[in-house]
Formats: sequence, structure tokens, C-alpha cells
Amino acid sequence: MSNGNARAGEVVLSRLSKSYGEVRAVRSIDLAIAPGETVALLGPNGAGKSTTIDMMLGLTRPDAGTVSVFGVPPSAAVRAGWVGGMLQTGSPLEHLKVRELVTLMASYYPHPLPVADVLRLTGAAQFAGQRTTKLSGGQAQRVRFAAALVGDPDLLVLDEPTAGIDVEGRREFWHAMRAVAGRGKTVLFATHYLEEADAYADRIVLIARGRVIADGPATEIKARAGARTIRVTLPGTDTALLGVLPGVVSAERHGDAVLLSCSDSDAALRGLLGAFPGARDIEVRGGSLEEAVLELTADEELAGASTGGETR
Amino acid sequence: MSNVTHLRFEIVRTFRNRTVLAVTLALPLVLFYAVASGQRHATFDGVSFPLYFMTAMAVYGAMFAAVSPGARVARDRSGGWIRQLRITPLRARTDVAAKVLTAYLVALPSLALLYLAGVSLGVRLDGTQWLEMTGLLLAGLAPFVALGIAGGYLMRTDALTPAIGGVVVLFALVGGVYGFQLATSGPMFEVMKAVPSYWLVQAGKTTLGGGTWPAQGWIVIAAWTAVLIPVAALAYRRAAIRA
Repeated sequence: MSNGNARAGEVVLSRLSKSYGEVRAVRSIDLAIAPGETVALLGPNGAGKSTTIDMMLGLTRPDAGTVSVFGVPPSAAVRAGWVGGMLQTGSPLEHLKVRELVTLMASYYPHPLPVADVLRLTGAAQFAGQRTTKLSGGQAQRVRFAAALVGDPDLLVLDEPTAGIDVEGRREFWHAMRAVAGRGKTVLFATHYLEEADAYADRIVLIARGRVIADGPATEIKARAGARTIRVTLPGTDTALLGVLPGVVSAERHGDAVLLSCSDSDAALRGLLGAFPGARDIEVRGGSLEEAVLELTADEELAGASTGGETR
Repeated sequence: MSNVTHLRFEIVRTFRNRTVLAVTLALPLVLFYAVASGQRHATFDGVSFPLYFMTAMAVYGAMFAAVSPGARVARDRSGGWIRQLRITPLRARTDVAAKVLTAYLVALPSLALLYLAGVSLGVRLDGTQWLEMTGLLLAGLAPFVALGIAGGYLMRTDALTPAIGGVVVLFALVGGVYGFQLATSGPMFEVMKAVPSYWLVQAGKTTLGGGTWPAQGWIVIAAWTAVLIPVAALAYRRAAIRA
């Protein structure tokens, strides 16, 4: 395989916006990706990840703002063969074998990688002789990855590459992905798994409701987004009283149990035990991404509408 | 970027599609022998029936071949693959050109098979006449190629297959492909002369008469082509925006 030949230049999205009717899918996103960087676009479903990616690839025209890929518009970068993408849709062509499909994709690019190498790297070699219509979900995903990779693009964009894939398949996918990213490519992938973003990206861009709400090294975002939850059995206590404890963002009741989403679980725990000595069966857990996003966007929510992060 | 590999795999995809091969190659051949073998010495529309029906069945298969890329276009779109193609350096016009060329490459064997079948039932033309007829048939297929591609960009796979099959059958009926003509004079005859399939079927007789289509034939073919190519182009643009 050739060595990484990353273009000197950034991928820059500036003030990018897109609406679909009333829905403001992307609201003025600014993002600059350095050459060779691996960035995760992290956010819940409907956050605007796919729309952002579509605009980055020139598949969707932004309402406002610009995209520059290595200094040129996306369409020019695509035509030059600098871009490889793995989209969420794209069931491989019928009536072709896997090897043929990857060969076909390679033929579109000026300096493709050897097809056999790409098949091996992506784990598609074992079923290279099969028809594309006879593949399992995990196999089809590897084929799409191989198709995105074979042109040896400088920018690799992956839209939820592991959606619908089992744990084992995911592990193998990221193993291959690591080998690729190690070759100096600029990589952007969308995911709604915090663990994936944390494990495989240099940097995480957290988006929700079409906005960037946090952008930084994985460790930093993880600390910010890694909100903890305290689960406690506490019958008959008003959740409003729990919601105002130090370090608690919101409280919600499930029968006798109460779930406290915390920005600072240590402070919350001390406050809880001080104020409610009857609290028992206490569990502290790492929060989910959804909770983290809820926390990071809480200010925006308060400023916007009536929802105050109370019981849902 | 010229792309031979793309063309090659378009052809591979077509020839691996058994349904396309069955309707373009096998069906016309079977119909030809079934109908023409009993009427070897009959005369129809001023020529021997085998010549008429050989041309008609060659046209029948070739029309299905001509529209066949439309189904691939629709499939590429519905599977989302067209989006994948749009983020590669492949130009849309290269893709469309390959599909047009493929349509003709599938039409050719269907013509050749029917020619052989015609000869086996006593059809005799000289070398020039075979070539002239082939030339007329390939030219007359142009509107059908454009029709298939337009359909592929306009319709979903499940709707396209019956729709385009129905349209081909209708053109075949009006053009006299099934071995009978709806009229030989009057307004219905004028309708027949306004469709490209009529002139395609007439190619055998025309060649035997030692010439080319009359001006009306060329005008009809050219007009249908001139209308359908922009339709296909518009359909493509519409699909590209929505892709």
C-alpha cells in the first residue's frame, strides 16, 4: 500500500446551515479539521450529523455557509478523487461480486489502492467471490468500507459506519479503521456511541439540534459529557427537593426509586446523604450520551422553552 | 475520465440479469418460430411473412434491450448507490453514456439471433441489406433508450418495471410488431405512422425496397428522440437534487 498522501490543507465548515421546511437541521456549524486528524461527530439521532456530512460531501447544498475541502469546494474535491465516503444507505450494486464491486470503485479514482490489499484490510477478502446481494449486514458494511477506502482518498467520511452491526463486527471494523487512520488520512465519522468516539477519535465534536455544543479532545469531552447518574431508593420525597441538591441537574421518579442526573456526582452524593438520611440502595453510574447532551444543552433549553429539566 | 471498467461492469450486470436476457433474446426467438414456421410462404404487408416477422421480433427484443438500462438506473437510485457514485470522481455523463452503449450492446445479439432465425426460415437479403437494416434498427432504437433512462430517473423500481414493460408492449402493438397491423389506412394508420416502432418494423421491407425510410420515418424517429432526450436530462437533474 502507498503511504498516506494527505493534502496539506484543512477541511473547513463555516457558518453552515440547512433547513428542511420548518426543521432547522443544521444551525450555523463551524468546524475545522486539520490534516491527518480523526474527528468524531457525536450526537443523538436527529442531531444533524447526516445533514452536515451530506453538505461536506457536496450531496446537499447548504442554505447558508460554505464548505472547503483542502481549499476547494466539495464537488471539486470529489472530482479530484480526494474524498471517500461511507454513507448510511448504499446497498451494493446487484449482479456483481464483492471483488468486482471494489474493482469498479477503484477504477473511478486516479491512484487507487490494490483491490486485494483493501479486501484483506477490511476483512472482505473471505467473501470476495460472493454476489453483493447475498451478504449479511456486517459483510455489506465491510464492502461499503472497502468501496470508500479503495480510492485512497485523503479525506474519509463515515456516516454511522457501525449502525446495525453486532459487537464483534464493530470491534473488527474499528480495528481496520485504525490501520487506515494511521496512514495519515483525515477522517471524520459520525456516531451516536460515546464509547466509539472516545476510543477512536482524536477529537470529539458533540452536536445536538443542529449546533456544535462541545468541541475538544476526547478526554475533555468525555469528562464533560460523562455525566453520572445516582439511583437511590427514597419513597415519598418530592423530586423538586432532590433536583436542587448541589451537583444535581435533574431528578426523576420511578416508583420508590429516584434517578438523579449529576454534573458533580460527588457533591450530589454528599448533599443527598446529608439532607436525606433515609436514602438507601444507592448506585452511581456513568451517564448515557443522551443524558450528557441533555446536560450540555440545558442552558439553551431554559433560555428557549418552559422545560426546566424536571421530571419528564 | 473515460472509464472502460465502468462500461465493462455495466455490461456484466446486464448479462447476469436473466430476466433481461430472457425478454430480449429468448422471448422474441420463441415467438418467431412459434408464429412464422407455419407461415413460411405467406406474404404480409407486401413482403414475405418471415421477413416481416423476423424484423418485428428483432425490434421487439431490441426495444426491451433499449429500455433495460432504465431498470438499473432505478435500482441504483432506490438502493442509495447513486449517492455513493456521486461522491466518487465518476461523472454522471460517463455513467449515462455507458448505459446507452450497454443498451445497444444488448440489442445487437438480439438482432443477430433473429437474423439467424429468419435465415433458417428462408429470409434472404444480401450483405448490404443486412447492414442497412441493422443501421435503421439501431437508429430507430434511440427514443427507446432515452425513454428507459428517463423512466429510471423518474420512477421507483417497483413502478418502473410494469410501466416500462407496458409502454413497450403498447408501442409494439401500434407499430405492428405482433404480426398484424391495427389499420392499413385511415386515422388509425396515421397514428401508427407517428410511432417509432412502426418505422422500426418497416425496416425489413424498406431495406428490401433498396432504400431508407421515407422522410416521415426519419422525422418521427428524430422527433421522439428530440423530445425524450431532454425529458431524460430533466429527470436526471431532478433525481440528482433529491438523491
